[in-house]
Amino acid sequence: MHLMYFTEQPMSAYPEAEGRDFGATALMFSNRFFDPVAGSRLYNEYLEHYRIAEEVGFDGIMLNEHHNAPFCMQAKCNIFASILAATTKRVKLVLLGNPLPLADNPVRLAEELAMIDMVSRGRLVSGFVRGGGQEQLAAGVNPAYNRERFEEAHALIVKSWTQPGPFRWEGTHYQHRVVNPWAVPLQKPHPRVWIPGVLSKETIVWAAKKRYPYIALSTAIDATKKIWELYDQVAAETGYAGGPEYRGYLQRCHVAETEEKALANARQFMWMQGEFTGLAHPVWSSPSGYFSPSYRTAFVEYAVGRRSNPRGADFEDQLRDQQIVAGTPKTVIPKLRRLLEETRPSILGFWASDGFVSNADAKTCIRLLGQEVLPALRDIGKELGLWSPFEANAPVSLAFPEPARPADAVA
Amino acid sequence: MTSTTIAWESETVPIAGAALHVARAGTGAPLLVLGHDIGGLERPPFLDALARRFTVLVPSHPGYDKSERPDWMRSVRDVAVVYQWLLGEHELTRDHGPVSLVGLGFGGWIAAEMATMAPRAFRRLVLVGAMGIKPERGEIADQALLSYIDYVRRGFADQSAFDRIFGAEPPTSTLEQWDLNREMTFRIAWKPYMYNPTLPHLLGGVATPTLVVWGRDDRIVPLECGERYLKALTHARLEIVEGAGHFVEMEKPDELAGLVARFVTGA
Repeated sequence: MHLMYFTEQPMSAYPEAEGRDFGATALMFSNRFFDPVAGSRLYNEYLEHYRIAEEVGFDGIMLNEHHNAPFCMQAKCNIFASILAATTKRVKLVLLGNPLPLADNPVRLAEELAMIDMVSRGRLVSGFVRGGGQEQLAAGVNPAYNRERFEEAHALIVKSWTQPGPFRWEGTHYQHRVVNPWAVPLQKPHPRVWIPGVLSKETIVWAAKKRYPYIALSTAIDATKKIWELYDQVAAETGYAGGPEYRGYLQRCHVAETEEKALANARQFMWMQGEFTGLAHPVWSSPSGYFSPSYRTAFVEYAVGRRSNPRGADFEDQLRDQQIVAGTPKTVIPKLRRLLEETRPSILGFWASDGFVSNADAKTCIRLLGQEVLPALRDIGKELGLWSPFEANAPVSLAFPEPARPADAVA
Repeated sequence: MTSTTIAWESETVPIAGAALHVARAGTGAPLLVLGHDIGGLERPPFLDALARRFTVLVPSHPGYDKSERPDWMRSVRDVAVVYQWLLGEHELTRDHGPVSLVGLGFGGWIAAEMATMAPRAFRRLVLVGAMGIKPERGEIADQALLSYIDYVRRGFADQSAFDRIFGAEPPTSTLEQWDLNREMTFRIAWKPYMYNPTLPHLLGGVATPTLVVWGRDDRIVPLECGERYLKALTHARLEIVEGAGHFVEMEKPDELAGLVARFVTGA
């Protein structure tokens, strides 16, 4: 198993009443409510949490980014990855990921990622995402070409990682006279690429066709099983067998010394969901052209309030469906066993705390996970044969059917 | 205006690899009417009123309503060229002499681009609340930030007119059509949003007599854009319609049809 620590890096230190009055906390909610003093403190607390996560035995640190919203104050995952590349020693740096369509220069991203890979001595896992709907607006990027830009930027980055320059790129959305970044990744054939997602079937199919692991972001167990059904079907059509090494899952999971405290802190996952779904603006989060035409009816109805948000289940339902797991190490392990037995992922991210969980409780949670939960999960993983891409020496992709290794280890 | 029923016919014309849907009615001097970014209505009274005096040609913009989406299309100028192509091939233009252009809102921008491409080709040009020029003080209302209903409502001075035309709560099928059309608008006019910075520099060559019409209460394209059109064009005058917003043809159909008819016939 590959066990990762994750936080959304919530910016809970803002006047909540202002957000409720405005009716949304994304995109147009004024950044005059951002407190840089609290921001400075929180960024440094999160860095300490990552350090502890490595110390207590996590295999990876999962990073992401979002824009113009307090639910996530990390605006550029490559910046935290750069810091962690130098300040950690062992953990994989799993970026889930860089929002490719937001980039006007994917070659620049390829360079940044190559630098992170070299500084970390080959610990980069480079995931790619489409970016949220409102992030297209925040970046001024055309939502109608989101998927085209995603696919073209990906192709350009992989080419710039694997094919010696200089070469010219004349694409539909990107044109580069000279592609010849001096920095190239340490890992060969190139760093592993994992693709996270939650809603779009197109992304699952795309990942499966590329033979990239897909990371399901906190979906309910039944929905997760449907994702793997589709992935495995496309894998079979593509000519390989799907299985645990292609399956990742991000689990909201808070542990504490007592059941009561864990449950109270786990309610803070609803803070984030209030931000993300409850207080997301339905028009900004689903700009025309961003979603596949097959969702058109659902999204126009959502945009005018005729349909509720599909992700808006309440706390008790999410506990029951195990989208949120909370308790002492002793009580969460059987629940996580159920998740592993039923959905068989080999990559498991722990989204451990959110909202107003105190710094002390967040650190306790990381320690308890590392000391008591992770060892049990490793045993279960062995018992169930859940070998991670690293353990299984899985190929990087269909195009590059070999495992990724640092160039000095290859030689 | 009489209440005779106007018979509309439609045809599909292949242009630049995509099927363009064109509705047609009436007899007399030819008018090409270019509509809004939200797409067209089936039988707007404004078009019926024009069809009583002119031969009226109303295309669905490429990628909007019933016209096929040309995946390659990237700009409003591309749309303008598609319509030049249409006019170049259409029997109407061969048999009836010079065409006049009537552009509503977004369609006004397309019409203005067409006029710059062929400065003497058109008989008359009518721009109603036209997009295409960047306002100096205000902003063009950005549908990327507004719900489908809020955006269209914003184009009405009188909300009861919206209720009468679309229903107070438009059906989901209307919203889906607005979403489809909005997606095409994003594909060709995302950035800069709803204007072309080079257009004002090119309008000076347009020799076509032009009527610029603006709803007094246009909250989608500020009236100052009308004034900028007036400055950029050599042969233009401005008419302001009281009690109308952006969708002048929906709120004041007879008044606008009268303005167009008088101007086009040169009376």
